[in-house]
Amino acid sequence: MRFAASLMCLLSLALGTQQVSAQRNIIHEERSQYRDIVVTEFNGQRCMLFNVVRGDMNQTCMDLSDPDRLIFTYTKMSFAGLLFNPEPKRILIAGLGGGTIPMLLRDLYPDAEIDVVEIDPAVVKVAKEWFNYEEDANHEVHVVDARVFIKRAGLQGEKYDFIMLDAFSGEYIPEHLLSREFLQEVKALLTDDGILVANTFSGSRLYDHESVTYADVFGKFYNFKLPESGNRIILATPGESLPHLGDLRAPARELYDQLEPYGINILEFPPRLSDEPDWDTDARILTDQYSPANLLN
Amino acid sequence: MKTEYQSLSPTAAKRWIILLAAFVNGFVIMSIELLGGRVMAPYFGSSVYVWGSIITVFMLSLSFGYLWGGRLSLNNPGPRTFVCFFFGSAVLCLPIIFFAEPLMTEVFLAIEDPRYGSLLSAVLLYFLPICLMGMVSPYSVRMLVARQSHSGGIAGELYFVSTLGSALGTLGTSFYFVVWFEINQIIWGCIVAQLLCGTVVALAFREHMPSVKNKNQTASAATTATDAQGGHS
Repeated sequence: MRFAASLMCLLSLALGTQQVSAQRNIIHEERSQYRDIVVTEFNGQRCMLFNVVRGDMNQTCMDLSDPDRLIFTYTKMSFAGLLFNPEPKRILIAGLGGGTIPMLLRDLYPDAEIDVVEIDPAVVKVAKEWFNYEEDANHEVHVVDARVFIKRAGLQGEKYDFIMLDAFSGEYIPEHLLSREFLQEVKALLTDDGILVANTFSGSRLYDHESVTYADVFGKFYNFKLPESGNRIILATPGESLPHLGDLRAPARELYDQLEPYGINILEFPPRLSDEPDWDTDARILTDQYSPANLLN
Repeated sequence: MKTEYQSLSPTAAKRWIILLAAFVNGFVIMSIELLGGRVMAPYFGSSVYVWGSIITVFMLSLSFGYLWGGRLSLNNPGPRTFVCFFFGSAVLCLPIIFFAEPLMTEVFLAIEDPRYGSLLSAVLLYFLPICLMGMVSPYSVRMLVARQSHSGGIAGELYFVSTLGSALGTLGTSFYFVVWFEINQIIWGCIVAQLLCGTVVALAFREHMPSVKNKNQTASAATTATDAQGGHS
């Protein structure tokens, strides 16, 4: 009797795992010098995953029946940056993922110049082969560390009016992309009407350190959170003062029709922005000399 | 007899001091190596190849340090040279604090490829101090070995303490020091540790330290040492 029960148990377990693997098909694996990348298909979605063994970290997903539609809330939230500069001409994106963000920006702004920085050549390869990512004459992906690209761009006097930092993969934080000196280099790249959109975390002790570091470099900035997402988006401008929240409603109305087909309801963004510190303002600022971001996470 | 093997550390206390110095030296090497990644990241990123550069340069520096340190121990070995390794490596670490930024800026401007930029920077910043630290190991063997028959045992003990030091240096730096201190503060700590080691060794072996003034005294001390060693065996 006991034997039969355990057999049943084993059987159901085997069936269970079979079911899971049937749902989540691994359709491609790419070896990388940083981490292995896996492409899966599941529920009509194709996803790029890092660190499959340690827990599924979806980097990016694409709706196979409607590839234009964004799936992740944080990706949608990134487009809040357009409220501050609705007509970007030079765009810099650090962190490619599946290339969703640059491709959407390309759709919206066919004439904009787009530079993407991605450290891992394997990510670029997977994005091109499995996520319809493509470069064009005015859109280039640079396989280099973001800090190196940004330092060199600064020395060459380059300017961007839309910069997006999305280089954190969750598991390991590149500490040199979270220091005061790095943010100063980023700030120097922004045009006067430029906007920095940084996709970061909202949990953990690092939140305080990261917030005070941004505040040290940019002064006041907008914090953007939505209840359905664990991310927070930092929206920072290089000028002395932030645009008034009321001034963002008009661009939101103008952008709404353009962004709606992608599943982005930008009208609900402005009321969610806040420039009130909700962090410990006494936390230690992160610098190149002091950047134990991974230990603080 | 000139060809007779001469013991340099006749007492147990002195042997312990040499072992302690080798331990600290191993600790400092790995602490500085681990910080190397952070020193270079603002200029060359934290890609795999930046770590590749650092590890390559540290291994190269150590290998030449072993070779040259071993050779130095062949002629007139004595505590004075040994002490110089510690003081010298401490002084040669100072450029990491004071000149790393201007130096890496120049390299960054001159070399576009971060692989070779990081490799050159690592050579310029770390080769000399780490090479001197590498010399400590073979020289310590010479300082500790009293008779040829136990040389293997002594070498084993020495690798044990210095590699144990390296293990703790790696752990302490990566787990704790970087949360408590700034990079330069940790490097200052390493410099002070090397200076202290040099000073303690110099004090312990002060009667063996040759100088122009007391050359005769040293000669007699050496004879005493030989006698003492003769007494052991």
